Amino acid sequence: MSEKLSFDGKVNYVVKSKPGLDKKLIEEISFNKDEPVWMRELRLKSLDFFLKRSNPVFGVDISKLDVNEIIPYLKPDAEKSGSWEEVPENIKETFEKLGIPDAERKVLAGVGAQYDSEVVYQHIKDQLSRLGVIFLDMESAVKEYPELVKKYFMRAVPPNDHKFAALHGAIWSGGSFVYVPKDVEVPMPLQAYFMMASPGMGQFEHTLIIVDKGAKLHFIEGCSAPKYSVINLHSGMVEIYVDEGASMKYSTVQNWSKNTYNLNTKRALVEKDATMVWVSGSIGSAKTMLYPTSVLKGKGARAEHMNITYAGNDQHMDTGSKIIHVAPYTSSKVDARSISSDGGWAFYRGLLKVLPTAHHVKSTVECSALMVDDASASDTVPIIEVMNNEADIGHEARIGKIKESQIYYLMSRGISEGDAKALIVRGFMEPIVKQLPLEYAIEFNRLVNMKFTSDLG
Amino acid sequence: MLLEIRNLHVEVEGKEVLKGLNLNINPGETHAIMGPNGAGKTTLASTIMGNPKYMITDGDILFEGKSILEMTVDERAKFGIFQSFQYPEEIPGVKLRNFLKLAYDTVHPDKKLSVFDFGDLIVKQADKLKIDRSFLDRYINVGFSGGERKKSEILQLNVLNPKLAVLDETDSGLDIDALKIVSDGIKNFANPKVSVLIITHYQRILDHVKPDFVHVFMNGKIVKTGGMEIASELESNGYESLTV
Repeated sequence: MSEKLSFDGKVNYVVKSKPGLDKKLIEEISFNKDEPVWMRELRLKSLDFFLKRSNPVFGVDISKLDVNEIIPYLKPDAEKSGSWEEVPENIKETFEKLGIPDAERKVLAGVGAQYDSEVVYQHIKDQLSRLGVIFLDMESAVKEYPELVKKYFMRAVPPNDHKFAALHGAIWSGGSFVYVPKDVEVPMPLQAYFMMASPGMGQFEHTLIIVDKGAKLHFIEGCSAPKYSVINLHSGMVEIYVDEGASMKYSTVQNWSKNTYNLNTKRALVEKDATMVWVSGSIGSAKTMLYPTSVLKGKGARAEHMNITYAGNDQHMDTGSKIIHVAPYTSSKVDARSISSDGGWAFYRGLLKVLPTAHHVKSTVECSALMVDDASASDTVPIIEVMNNEADIGHEARIGKIKESQIYYLMSRGISEGDAKALIVRGFMEPIVKQLPLEYAIEFNRLVNMKFTSDLG
Repeated sequence: MLLEIRNLHVEVEGKEVLKGLNLNINPGETHAIMGPNGAGKTTLASTIMGNPKYMITDGDILFEGKSILEMTVDERAKFGIFQSFQYPEEIPGVKLRNFLKLAYDTVHPDKKLSVFDFGDLIVKQADKLKIDRSFLDRYINVGFSGGERKKSEILQLNVLNPKLAVLDETDSGLDIDALKIVSDGIKNFANPKVSVLIITHYQRILDHVKPDFVHVFMNGKIVKTGGMEIASELESNGYESLTV
């Protein structure tokens, strides 16, 4: 999708921070955003952690990433708006190319759109706001719902969780805040779209979602960026609180350009009898580290993680999932698939942890990797730690290539070799890709067709 | 002549399996090749279809008078050759219906059907073969029993409607009812314009399909040709009695 975007550089910025990170910059950002003291202190504490902590010792090679060269904050010259008419033409055009306003009219309950560091558009259907559903950009939420935000902001992922969580805490900007009141079922998905438009910038949006008791929500997140020759950094954070009996589905399609380092943190705390579903599709970026996490805190809580990762030329995708069973009678299911192609490297890293307190746990973990040529690589490291004797755990891992006998079978029915390979790879992705919004499913298929010069519809 | 195999020598992994095989099939004829296990029956079927695993060291295969040795597998399929497999592959994530539509449009580019007309066509064929319609929307062969896979092969045969059907051990693993249904499916396909080559170890499918010619295949060659009486003879005396 990002290939289709072109930028003429006509967007003006009212604030463009210099590269680099220090206390002064953090205070400036906080001042510009007119933040309460507690938030400024959270930022400064985070900066402290960031400066003290060392880089992660696993995952992708980030030695070329110099955070001091990243532009951490860019405010486009556009006030946040509730109607597309008011969004400056050149920014609106970008989102129109991505089909966002059209999708909003047809299939979504609300949309938030972020351009570089700030949200430029936010709208939710009236009937939902009348039911008490809140859908705001994060900055407005800090001001309008201080109690609620303070109670939950960076509680699921504390600033000292890891180095990039700390970085995020220091310079977060933009993102969405969602609150769904008790027993309200949001009938259509809400969507947030993140666009990183400027070379060398970092995007650090914060998404905070609270689904109250018995409520239901589907949230979709999409990301893209045009390609530049310098490194862009995305280090967003998603925190989700799923209260008793509630149900939450979070779908992501990550299609950052290939100069982006995507070091992202996503975590959900799941209470009694609640359900959390993560659907993640990763296509873009140079390097990704992403492990959506579910902490099953309440008895009977459930989590389902579905990942599909495509690692193409020059991409190293370190993706996976983490599930912590804290309470008894909790259950989880992981279906993680990856495709590596043209020298790409797909690494599955998973952790399933069953604490001593979590008896009668049920879990199945399945990870499969498909390498479509000899230049590509795949690894799977699924770690399972079970600390009690009453758990029912199933695990399966497969790494393989397309079988010659499968290609032959399809060709014996008249299908060309390229189409046969494309069909097999698309079939491999199908169970996960069909969970994604249609336009993203099409994007996955387009990549596979390109690889095998196939023109399957 | 539809298919003409001349002095065919084939090697698999450096070992000669076919050692000078000759076979002629005319349009409208049904031939059966019977042979013991390990005689190279699957090698013959896969060589006709063009599986690159099998290396032709001598001889030729002509289809409608033209050598097909240089043609790829999919080109041969478009030319009108069909192989039914003893162990059909599973293709997870690809629905039988979508796959068959794609295959049909590829082998019959001049007779493309709308999704609805194609739906009618496959449902009709599935009903004839007593295949539950829900199978059409399942992934190719995934979770199919042995018998269901064989029925799916015969469904594909009837939908794609080639000129030559090469059926490799289509009867293996079938119970009596399924054998009857599959045999009816083969007879349903057979007509004066198309030809069938049944490759089998046992006589029982031949009792249903009644081929015009039966060939005995041993040690990489056809050692005897005749009618159904040969099949009965083999059934009572075994292949050993025929050692030449």
